[in-house]
Amino acid sequence: MIDFLLHNPVLTALIVLGSLALLFGAILGFAAVRFKVEGDPIVEQLDALLPQTQCGQCGHPGCRPYAEGIANGEAINKCPPGGQNTINAIADLLDIEAPSLDEEHGEEADTKTVAFIREDECIGCTKCIQACPVDAILGAAKQMHTVIAAECTG
Amino acid sequence: MTELAVILISTILVNNFVLVQFLGLCPFMGVSNKLETAIGMGGATTFVLTLASICSYLVNTYLLEPFALTYLKTISFILVIAVVVQFAKMFIEKTSPLLYRVLGVFLPLITTNCAVLGVALQNTAKARSFFESSLFGFGAALGFSLVLILFSAMRERISVADVPEPFQGAAIGMITAGLMSLAFMGFAGLV
Repeated sequence: MIDFLLHNPVLTALIVLGSLALLFGAILGFAAVRFKVEGDPIVEQLDALLPQTQCGQCGHPGCRPYAEGIANGEAINKCPPGGQNTINAIADLLDIEAPSLDEEHGEEADTKTVAFIREDECIGCTKCIQACPVDAILGAAKQMHTVIAAECTG
Repeated sequence: MTELAVILISTILVNNFVLVQFLGLCPFMGVSNKLETAIGMGGATTFVLTLASICSYLVNTYLLEPFALTYLKTISFILVIAVVVQFAKMFIEKTSPLLYRVLGVFLPLITTNCAVLGVALQNTAKARSFFESSLFGFGAALGFSLVLILFSAMRERISVADVPEPFQGAAIGMITAGLMSLAFMGFAGLV
């Protein structure tokens, strides 16, 4: 067979290159499955840093869409509830400069605000527990609810 | 043993691929703005270069030479390099999304890095054993990374220095690279 191949150089060249390409295609196909990346890991990491208030002050309908926006190159200084701490953390993650908060989107509150339950009026309906994005309210049905101040992001 | 040391010194210093042979200048100028990026790029190129030089040696010895197909060297080596770069890209995307994002388009551009093809072709010019060719590739990558890291460290300092306006940016970078190249050519008589 080697003799046959040596006498037909064009055929040999085609066969050798073709089989090489097939072999590498198989290797890459295997690697594509083995190293598959679900979603965009950067977006996950960014979303974990944002305060989850879902307030919309950054112009996006929630914190996750803003994380996706940052992954696409948006400015990182649009989140007032997060404040300068969040901006610094995001800048650290993305290895870029940390700008100061963009005042256009709202000012960082100097005093830390927390939600407060009016105990005279609380009937234990659990609606506020469902509404809280950071799970800072403690309570059961028909029992008095309370806000865990340390968890509350305002 | 001395043979191996000679190969290493020759590829890292005396015949440095970037500053003496002037191959691989695109990523050299493009990725050397920050030190962390340069280190990441150096690592990626080392991975690609070593693996690509091993694979091209194997392809050349066991596929091309027995069938008298050495005229297909260039295209098969490019095929090998493209596959290795694609593999490296998938690996980096999985293990370090930040590095993947920072390197951006320069990662697939390692395919067109003439230093990688240059190493593969130079390996076939001289009759080398398997181990010697892999060491040649690894040494070339070390030389590339060394120069990339040195240059990026210098560029970081230049960026805060008082450079006259016509020279700012790429111009002073090119001048610095030329001076570094002059310095590296001083290694000429070493081996």
